[in-house]
Amino acid sequence: MAGSTLEIKDLHVEIEGEEILKGVNLTINGGEFHAVMGPNGTGKSTLASAIMGHPKYEITKGEVKLDGEDVLEMEVDERAQAGLFLAMQYPSEISGVTNSDFLRSSINARREEGDEIPLMKFIKEMDATMDDLEIDKNMAQRYLNEGFSGGEKKRNEILQLMMLKPAIAVLDEIDSGLDIDALKVVANGINKMRSDEFGCLIITHYQRLLDYITPDHVHVMMQGRVVKSGGPELAQRLEAEGYDWIKDELGIDDETVGQKA
Amino acid sequence: MAVETQLPYDKQYVTEYSEKRNEPSWFKDIRLQALEQSEDLPMPKLEKTRVRNWNFTNFKHDVAGEQIQSIDELPEKIRVLLGEDVENLIIVRNNDVAYAKLSEDLSNQGVIFEDLFTAMNEHSDLVKKYFMQQGVSVDENKLTARHAALLNSGIFLYLPKNVVVQEPIQVVFWQEDPEAALYNHVLLVADQHSEVTYVENYVSDNDEEETVANIVSEIFALDGAKVSYGAVDNFAKGTTTYVNRRGTVERDATLEWALGQMNDGNTISENITNLMGDNSLSHAKAVSVGRGNQKQDFTANIRHYGKASEGYILQHGVMKDSAASIFNGIGKVEHGATKANAEQESRVLMLSDGARGDANPILLIDEDDVTAGHAASVGRVDPIQLFYLMSRGISQKEAERLVIHGFLDPVVREIPIETVQKQLREVIEGKVY
Repeated sequence: MAGSTLEIKDLHVEIEGEEILKGVNLTINGGEFHAVMGPNGTGKSTLASAIMGHPKYEITKGEVKLDGEDVLEMEVDERAQAGLFLAMQYPSEISGVTNSDFLRSSINARREEGDEIPLMKFIKEMDATMDDLEIDKNMAQRYLNEGFSGGEKKRNEILQLMMLKPAIAVLDEIDSGLDIDALKVVANGINKMRSDEFGCLIITHYQRLLDYITPDHVHVMMQGRVVKSGGPELAQRLEAEGYDWIKDELGIDDETVGQKA
Repeated sequence: MAVETQLPYDKQYVTEYSEKRNEPSWFKDIRLQALEQSEDLPMPKLEKTRVRNWNFTNFKHDVAGEQIQSIDELPEKIRVLLGEDVENLIIVRNNDVAYAKLSEDLSNQGVIFEDLFTAMNEHSDLVKKYFMQQGVSVDENKLTARHAALLNSGIFLYLPKNVVVQEPIQVVFWQEDPEAALYNHVLLVADQHSEVTYVENYVSDNDEEETVANIVSEIFALDGAKVSYGAVDNFAKGTTTYVNRRGTVERDATLEWALGQMNDGNTISENITNLMGDNSLSHAKAVSVGRGNQKQDFTANIRHYGKASEGYILQHGVMKDSAASIFNGIGKVEHGATKANAEQESRVLMLSDGARGDANPILLIDEDDVTAGHAASVGRVDPIQLFYLMSRGISQKEAERLVIHGFLDPVVREIPIETVQKQLREVIEGKVY
């Protein structure tokens, strides 16, 4: 069997006692690119964070399984080691830890002791990937995300994605804050990952990113649920007509959920 | 247990000790006067730390240290502290200089780097001018007076005008005898436009035995001089430490402090920098780790007298177990110090529920035309940072280690000698985990 499968079933998530996700169902297989779209405040980022185990989110109902293993029972690091990856919308800044040391520790954390990546191999691979993403070489020795511009942080997330080669990646608004050139570079990087071994859930607010990365499946979230799914043509219709037609079709007045409403 | 508050050393003892050290009579007089003053002077005034039950009187005062011919004779734990190919090095073993080396080049340029007891005879004019006159006063408190009375170790470092020393100068104070007290004085005078990097290490092993360290450092950066001062204090649990480091910075001069405060015993650490001259500059950076049930009181204080003087305080502390620490950051701008800039940042990271940490930022400003700022925080390891690191597969323990390392790094990376920096990282590693 090629690749892994991430199954999300009837997922309900609360933050500070308030329900944000109200039963999300999604299945992502290796080889597939899924896009989750929707206006602001509909629960898209909550879905991304909850899959990875963000400490602020509480799962109240439902399940998340990776190749049949219960992801919700795993610690955050175990989820990563099982093959999940989250490119964050707001990556943390960690002073005193260089980007390159961090990346090497991350790679080695997923390998057996005694089977660490040889330093030269690591450096070569990192250099090549940084070239692909048009990242300045001195970023390797800068502290992790410290003082990085918004665009540099996003590229750095994709650098980590490409180096860590997860089975399933969730990209949370990886396009926000990128100019069109940077967007193309980042999209190229993600497209390079395409294989039967890799599944991807792309969360985006804009259609723009999907001009460069063609999704196999498109889902629209509103009110903490997936309200519509389709193929790439759905994204195109959303670009042309916006979200109102879906709201009309489903009789939704206010598409948002939680405090942002 | 009753705690003695009076010293078991009298006038006769101090007189004999001074004679044994072949000190000039003016120095003996300082000691005797200090001994007398020490009886009535109060303990250092601390806002929140109670020192009533700390040991200040139980110790061995006069402990010889065996000479060595080569650093190869040192045990591994001391050898790892030495910079690679350090040309200029003194090793103090208990209360004696066991090893001293100064490069011919520096010696030819007039650099003096020697035992304070030698210096007070051979360079009495300099020592007399600077020893506890303009920096720390004998009568500041009971402990400064005891320091002068019982001084049993000291280093004198003098840089003549315009002498620029590239390679660092290092002193290792090794308290080999677990009960040996260290009443140590460091006197560093950087004459006009000279430049020097000085690094000191304090080490002891007395987890069980009690003793005392009473240290005063006086640093003088004269007009245009640049002094970089690094220290790693690593006294074991049995040592009660009073360390008072004082800088005097004249016109256009710079004094950079990088202090690794890693003692395992109760500690009072006071670091005061007087920015006397116009355009003088100081960064006072310090890190500390508290563990067990040790109590520590840290003060970083920069006083601005000179116009356009700049002072930056940065203190980062990590507290675990039941350790308690107070971090006082004081920026004082005197009237007339126009265009001065006084900035400070004190941050405490708490690793356990039983630990205590207080950050007290204080700005005292008697001048209108200045800039000043402060930041202080006491908190836990940020769960969002941990989430980020762990989401890449790094374990929680390792993620915490990285965050703590990063928290202390802004000071650690300023320690001038690479091997000392590396060793400080290892000490931190050993203390935090």
